[in-house]
Amino acid sequence: MSGVPVGWYIALSAALFTIGLVGVLVRRSVVVMFMCIELMLNAVNLALITFSRMHGNHDGQVLSFFVIVVAAAEVTIGLALIVNLFRLLGSTDADDPDRLRA
Amino acid sequence: MLTLLAQAEPTEVVGSIAEFWVFVITAVIALASAGSVVVLRNAVHAALMLVINFFAIAVLYAALEAQFLAVVQIVVYAGAIMVLFLFVLMLLGISSETRFTQRVRGQKTAAVLLGLGLLIVLVGAGAGQYLGPDAVCPAAGETGDLCVGLETRNSNGNVAGVGRLLFTTYMWPFEATSALLVIAALGAIVLGKRHGGDEDVTDQPPALAEEPDDEPDTPGDDEVRGELVGAGGDGDVHESGETA
Repeated sequence: MSGVPVGWYIALSAALFTIGLVGVLVRRSVVVMFMCIELMLNAVNLALITFSRMHGNHDGQVLSFFVIVVAAAEVTIGLALIVNLFRLLGSTDADDPDRLRA
Repeated sequence: MLTLLAQAEPTEVVGSIAEFWVFVITAVIALASAGSVVVLRNAVHAALMLVINFFAIAVLYAALEAQFLAVVQIVVYAGAIMVLFLFVLMLLGISSETRFTQRVRGQKTAAVLLGLGLLIVLVGAGAGQYLGPDAVCPAAGETGDLCVGLETRNSNGNVAGVGRLLFTTYMWPFEATSALLVIAALGAIVLGKRHGGDEDVTDQPPALAEEPDDEPDTPGDDEVRGELVGAGGDGDVHESGETA
């Protein structure tokens, strides 16, 4: 066996994305859900870079770079929100903020 | 990394075989660590598994001839973002989920089934037509059927190629991201600031956390925080409530 077909990278990316999605759906801690979102973003980046190599230009890598920048901003805001949530409720369980419930 | 290997060896077959094994090993590591992030109860352990996952993906970037992004991945994700995650985990003292019961019945089963369905759709639609040997990216000098490869674009170096594109075609998006980062930093400062009048749960004993407005501000901030950490720290005791 020599070389790796592009589809294998795409399949790995799809598998990582799926694992991240299942994690977001299954876990209850907001922090771990957030980590699973990072997993999904990374899977998308992997697909973008694979397509960049497949098409032979750098546009996919630039878009992936932007995804990393946006992820950094998102983590900053999201973790600040999580700290605030913990201050308010004393837990990071995703089911605890239910004050709007009747 | 692999292009270096391929340049060092006169025959291109060696580079291809190296790429195959690098892919297999890092793919196994990436999948196992990603699964551990989902499965592990302890949030700190999950974060450390996420670091392993980021490193594995960085290796894959290098194998995909994206050396710049491989380094960026390690610096930004495995460095900055994971430090933020661990910092928040340690600051709040949340190591494990105290309750693992589901509010919706059959949530886990439904999630796994949905995930499997999505995986089948994604692999079938995205990867299915690129699994054959004609989708192997060519080594130097060859032309592939489905994969062009970055050999010519990376001839001046990957960083030069990405940088040229970033500062010409994608100039304005790049400037916009700088504004975005500043706004995010300011937002984090505003969100992290304690408002004077509001009393929150870290100012109160945990028993009074339900109605924070009735009680005056208690001194002893550090003791209360220590109690909170102790209450949320050991989650293994509470695991018996889990349902399939």
